[in-house]
Amino acid sequence: MSDIEQIPVTMTVNGKKVQRFVDARTLLIHFLREDLNITGPHIGCETSHCGACTVEMNGMSVKSCTVFAAQANGAELTTIEGLANPDGTLSALQEGFRQMHGLQCGFCTPGMITRAHTLLKENPNPTEDEIRMGISGNLCRCTGYQNIVKAIQYAAAKLNGTDIQEAAE
Amino acid sequence: MIPGEFTYHRPSTVAEAVAILASHGDEARPLSGGHSLIPMMKLRMAAPEHLVDLGGIADLKGISEDAGTITIRAMTTQHELIESDLLSEKLPIIRETSLLIADPQIRYLGTLGGNVANGDPGNDMPGLMQCLNASYVLTGPDGARDVAARDFYEAAYFTALAPEEILTAVKIPVPPAGHGYAYEKLKRKVGDYATAAAAVVLTMNGGTVSSCSIALTNVADTPLFAAQASDILTGSTLDANTVRQAVAAAEAITEPASDGRGPAEYRTKMAGVMMQRALARAAERASG
Repeated sequence: MSDIEQIPVTMTVNGKKVQRFVDARTLLIHFLREDLNITGPHIGCETSHCGACTVEMNGMSVKSCTVFAAQANGAELTTIEGLANPDGTLSALQEGFRQMHGLQCGFCTPGMITRAHTLLKENPNPTEDEIRMGISGNLCRCTGYQNIVKAIQYAAAKLNGTDIQEAAE
Repeated sequence: MIPGEFTYHRPSTVAEAVAILASHGDEARPLSGGHSLIPMMKLRMAAPEHLVDLGGIADLKGISEDAGTITIRAMTTQHELIESDLLSEKLPIIRETSLLIADPQIRYLGTLGGNVANGDPGNDMPGLMQCLNASYVLTGPDGARDVAARDFYEAAYFTALAPEEILTAVKIPVPPAGHGYAYEKLKRKVGDYATAAAAVVLTMNGGTVSSCSIALTNVADTPLFAAQASDILTGSTLDANTVRQAVAAAEAITEPASDGRGPAEYRTKMAGVMMQRALARAAERASG
């Protein structure tokens, strides 16, 4: 038994209540991945630059590599695992990323979609510039971002019931 | 990368937080948004034995106005600064500056108090607060004291804040309605610290500058209030000759490091360029 102080935490993750003990220094990303086996949020740079670890915490997009699990005590969290429609079909954003080829290797995708999810909640009808600034905390090293922007536009159009551009160029 | 071990405290009042800091001295650090401190802890550039999370203190949130002064409590996030209608109306330069800091995720958690208190010369808010002649409320075991932003910064990461004190609020005198303002920041990419940046607030009367305040970011160990440059411009019509003199006066007080953002001489010149652009934009926005 280690003598490291254990801190009790309670969170709601993707609608499910979880209760655990954590070390003070446990980062939220490690708590999600290692304690809860929620491996959608990725560990990229670990220095709060790349955004691969982005999750939604109390309605805010946060980089879970730079938040202690203890700080998230009582929080409501959503990860990519919680974004599909309740019937299991793809959400508008997930569908958009597939339709518009918004990914290549896919490493940044969970963070990208989770960030875009919060962005569209705050701004359901963003301009291209607002989308680009909105995802500026997420790095993609494959796509050049063009199709990610289109994917988010696709999702916004679908959610708003406006015309959807059919396929990526 | 995982930070070293520490004991986690989550007080619910300022008094409780100050008491914890006072009992542990140098070994304790307050945690606000965490986006400076947690990366430093991962790199072992900081290894506090006690971390005092200020996130549970309701008193440290909020923006209010009273008798010509806007008070922003320390745990107010950059996101909240951007969303504030009061600030958009009375102090729009804060929103303009916040939008140039880091990226959306970081702005949801990063706080004004953390940005001004930690003494990182790369941070944007300290220079802006000097430009606005803000003061910081520092609360310690013996009560609160006010320190002007222009007197707060001593060297990189060295400030007037004592280890047992917490910066609890920032007080900003509201500039006159119709003032002009601009924050110009040269950076290599989104999320970067400034190569050089300048904050300008001025008022105009019939084409003449009636008051002017300028501060510079990340071109010395501390933010720089450009007092002489501000004085040179006051009373002028912003004619090319006076602007040239003021830019030279501002460049003369810079002492940037040569680093990945460029050699020192370049960063000094860029401080001048940012100041000139900020001046032009501020003058354009000013009425009167």
